Amino acid sequence: MSYTFQFGQILGYWPQFLQGALLTIKLSALAMVFGLTIGVVCALARSYGARPVAWVAAAYVEFIRNTPFLIQLYFVFFALPNIGVRLDPNTAALLAMSINLGAYSTEIVRAGLESVPVGQIEAGRALGLRRLQIIRFIVLLPAIRAVYPALCSQFVLTLLGSSIVSAIAAEELTAFANSLNMQTFRSFEIYLVVTAIYIVMAFGFRGIFAGFHRLVFANRG
Amino acid sequence: MLREFGSNEIWFLVMAARWTILLSLLAFVFGGLAGLVLAIARIAPWKPVRFVVSLWIQVIQATPMLMLLLLLYFGVNMLGVRIDAWTAAVLSFTIGTSAYLAEIWRGCIQAVPKGQWEAAKALALDFKRTLALIVIPQAVRMALPPTVGYMVQVVKGTSLAALIGFTELAKAGAQMNTVTFQPVAVFGTVSIIYFAICFPLSMLARHLEKKLQVGTLRVQAL
Repeated sequence: MSYTFQFGQILGYWPQFLQGALLTIKLSALAMVFGLTIGVVCALARSYGARPVAWVAAAYVEFIRNTPFLIQLYFVFFALPNIGVRLDPNTAALLAMSINLGAYSTEIVRAGLESVPVGQIEAGRALGLRRLQIIRFIVLLPAIRAVYPALCSQFVLTLLGSSIVSAIAAEELTAFANSLNMQTFRSFEIYLVVTAIYIVMAFGFRGIFAGFHRLVFANRG
Repeated sequence: MLREFGSNEIWFLVMAARWTILLSLLAFVFGGLAGLVLAIARIAPWKPVRFVVSLWIQVIQATPMLMLLLLLYFGVNMLGVRIDAWTAAVLSFTIGTSAYLAEIWRGCIQAVPKGQWEAAKALALDFKRTLALIVIPQAVRMALPPTVGYMVQVVKGTSLAALIGFTELAKAGAQMNTVTFQPVAVFGTVSIIYFAICFPLSMLARHLEKKLQVGTLRVQAL
């Protein structure tokens, strides 16, 4: 192979790489916040809601989990303007990611809700707490705590999956790599560096989450 | 003049799904074979092998699938080795799938009680025989539901091949959208086709899980 690697030129763009990485983290974090909110609401709807509500939540989860994220992204970006909702790429990306993550976190949170012993809910009822109070004071926190590791790995998967939003040119690390590729034609070096950044971010967040877990949950069993 | 979105267009998308299915099958078969090797290497009685394979799997699982595709397609072409989108896609999905299946299967192999290994040792079976005759047959039972479940991820993942220009279902949908300009109908249809492929697999995975009464080991990806 007569190819000469030239990382020097690529590494000169480090401020942009850093910015791209930060945008990726910001996008994933926002999607996680919205997605988890959707997830908690839908999980409660599936577990405790009236039948039609539970059914709608289940249909949402099944439909999202059985279609590719890329198609969901295309749908949000290309189809929503048809019904009068015009979104810029960044908002479309965030919306699509939140909807997608909402479905996955519904399943995760639901597993958490089911892990809370029935006796605790009965005890709450015996104390005269209302339904919402039982959910708020007895069920929700232990449920989230039980699925904390699953939520953390879901966040890392979201971080890696967010590279797909470059398909609609939303601003994040992969989109930045694509535009740099057009300018410099140093594909191999660029994608190698960007892959390395993703790997560092994934390992980094895993480490941070594990540390946080030890710090917060370790003493409480 | 824009094209109407009619039965011909729907048929075009259904036909494009053949490539999605073929790509998924190849990724699953090759990824499965490589995954089995990795899973066994991951529990092999040689520490350096275990370490290297474990590191490899972790790195692949920390790499976005799209990056692997871009690296193998644009990157390798830039190195002067001609590689077409189809080969790059099959290769990337094989690498990705093998890493995830290896972890799923390793979990199942290790879930086989230690006593089984000890009993095999007492019967003077070596590592290869113990694995092939005692452990794997028991692990397969546990591995079946999450493996079928992971097939859903493989099918969905093949949509990324569209981003390096390979025309499978997702790319066909994007092309159809530019000529008909009816994104709701086009991407609606594409979603339904994907759903028709994935939902039965999800149901099968859930059914097997209940039937075999084993814990879940699902891996999820966007």
